Amino acid sequence: MKAVRPPLPGWLETLRQRLFATPVDIAVSFLCLYVVWRISVPLVDWLLVEANWRGTSREDCTNAGACWVFIRARFAQFMYGQYPVPERWRVDLLGVLAVCVAAALSWRRLPRRREAAIAALVVLPPLGIWLLYGGLGLRIVETREWGGLMLTLFLAIYAGLIAIPLGILLALGRRSRLPLIRFASIVFIEFWRGVPIITVIFLASLLLPLIMPTGFNVDRLARAVIGLAFVIAAYMAEAVRGGLQALPDGQVEAAQALGLGYWRITRLIVLPQALRIALPAMTNEFIALFKNTTLVLIVSIFDLLGIAQAALADPAWVGMNMEAYVFAGAIYWFACFGLSQWSRRQEKRLSAAYGR
Amino acid sequence: MIRFLRDRKVRDVLWQALATVGLVVVVVFFVRNASDNMVKAGIASGFQFLWRDSGIEVPFNITGYKPSDTILALLWTGIVNTILVSAAAVVVATVIGFTVGLMRLSHNWLLSTLAAVYIEFVRNIPLLFFVLFWYFGVLAALPTPKESYDFLGIAFLNRRGLSIPLPNDVAGFQLALLAIAVLIVAQIGLARWAKARQARTGRDFPTWMVGFVLCGLLPIVALAVAGAATSWDVPTLRGFNYRGGFVLVPEFVALFMALSTYTAGFIAEVVRGGIQSVRQGQIDAARALGLTPGRVVRLVVIPQAMPVIIPPITSQYLNLIKNSSLGAAIAYPEIVAVFMGSALVATGQAIEIIAITLGIYLTIGLAVSAFMNWYNARHRLVTR
Repeated sequence: MKAVRPPLPGWLETLRQRLFATPVDIAVSFLCLYVVWRISVPLVDWLLVEANWRGTSREDCTNAGACWVFIRARFAQFMYGQYPVPERWRVDLLGVLAVCVAAALSWRRLPRRREAAIAALVVLPPLGIWLLYGGLGLRIVETREWGGLMLTLFLAIYAGLIAIPLGILLALGRRSRLPLIRFASIVFIEFWRGVPIITVIFLASLLLPLIMPTGFNVDRLARAVIGLAFVIAAYMAEAVRGGLQALPDGQVEAAQALGLGYWRITRLIVLPQALRIALPAMTNEFIALFKNTTLVLIVSIFDLLGIAQAALADPAWVGMNMEAYVFAGAIYWFACFGLSQWSRRQEKRLSAAYGR
Repeated sequence: MIRFLRDRKVRDVLWQALATVGLVVVVVFFVRNASDNMVKAGIASGFQFLWRDSGIEVPFNITGYKPSDTILALLWTGIVNTILVSAAAVVVATVIGFTVGLMRLSHNWLLSTLAAVYIEFVRNIPLLFFVLFWYFGVLAALPTPKESYDFLGIAFLNRRGLSIPLPNDVAGFQLALLAIAVLIVAQIGLARWAKARQARTGRDFPTWMVGFVLCGLLPIVALAVAGAATSWDVPTLRGFNYRGGFVLVPEFVALFMALSTYTAGFIAEVVRGGIQSVRQGQIDAARALGLTPGRVVRLVVIPQAMPVIIPPITSQYLNLIKNSSLGAAIAYPEIVAVFMGSALVATGQAIEIIAITLGIYLTIGLAVSAFMNWYNARHRLVTR
């Protein structure tokens, strides 16, 4: 009979069970530790210990590690692209405004929260375009001067603003009683889901000018937003459809028995529940959209990644590839990871509140 | 009139008629604008351009394409290159994905955390980032041909790509592949026979061991024999570059690395979800029957996890094929780069070229989903 070893005190026992339970486990654990060691030590060395933080030019980078001087020198470009310096307050103002409104709306006990949300959705997007583009008293800043993180956020948010309502409509259309509407929705969804996003961005930038009346010019950036929005709407529709399918039939039948019409059932009964179920899937699609905004690089629009890429061509800062990529990648990572964590929290909160 | 509108059937017809008319009006509007604009810009239409000489250089092709060939041949080269990089990346992504997914389920805390870090790292960063990172960050930092990384003196990695040896005579390999196909068929037949016999007589047959020899060891022997039978064209350093053999250009290597490591993160999550979907009671029951851990996995876990894993994994493969279009960003000559890029610039026939490109991707997508439906119908879990 095998001798049963007495349990070690407290966390040591946990450690033993989690890492050193069997000889194989011990070997695996040490192998893992070795891998972590081999990767993290040079990485931390390069990122922090040996890195250069102070200075203004390439000559200040004397240590063996990363040259963060480069990021400091080009920080404004990473944020705003070629947006003219005296006008950058407009971007900042919009950003502060958007954050404040979002913060106020996420406060659950805000009086008249629903009305305030609708008002914000109606007012903010046009206000944003006015602030960024100009006109009506503000200097006009052409979209080709936009760039950097600001452009990434613009693309993601405005494409999302089109894609979410369109996606909900498409999902409803796909489950419609009317065969023609259903067929049209299916064709739309499957078409855009079936082709690579890069080809859609190409397509939007080549075909939109062609199919508009002569003299009617669609802005380059607007083409990219429309192209992205259509694809994401198709994916969004599938996410919403998941929520619609999860809804028990009894809900609609009960509402019908009460004498409600299609739109009222949809607005009051179906969508509030279906969207709640679909929220995690929809957040995933939004994360995908955020990542896919990088593809506008292919039509020479310089979002955050594009600016990082363009910065590599600067003769004053040759060989800063790694620094530029690490900086841009970290921003994408934190944004996407944060979003997915937020979605997980919401999912938990909602499932606790509604018992799903 | 009002009462007439209250009839649901009448309203349904009216709504659909309205939607159809609206759609037709929009489409006609766009098409008329397009034809007007094309006439004004003097753009030709039709598909004759496919048979014109392309005059476009493609630095990486295995189809034997030359710039004096037609645009159709150029398109074919793009398709082959897309398939080449996708196929290679699918295999490697599956291997990494399954490994990481299983690591994620390990009870060893360090191992599963390492896997989790990999998954969260890869999934939260845009794919284009990885493509550019590998191309401009990693491969551009490789040494010059003179200081190449040398793998056993037959393969060489430098900033011009990966040079690998090429057999001078492929007949032996064709024979070996034929032999492998025969072996696989034999293994399938054997497995069927063994299963039937076990059902009939209860006698066990070491199918897995035999399968390991038939489909694992013998193919390696066959390939080794074929490799030994032919002479090899090994790349050698001449002047400033390697000559001979076959060069996998850096664009291919970068795209392949990015696609396989990125998709692997998604496949790992699929694998984890599939295996976790097998209820613990199933495993407990299998153990209670006295099955060995290996058999629990083989006979209880995998058969129930696979139907859950296969459909999402297929859509990941499909995503990978679509994502290979990101090669256009680093000028890897796949469909989008050579056709939507070079050929479109050369001919100006945007509508035809876009239609063909989208058609190709849609065909691939339809084929894959047809397979998926067939698989789902065949492997639907029968529950009582």
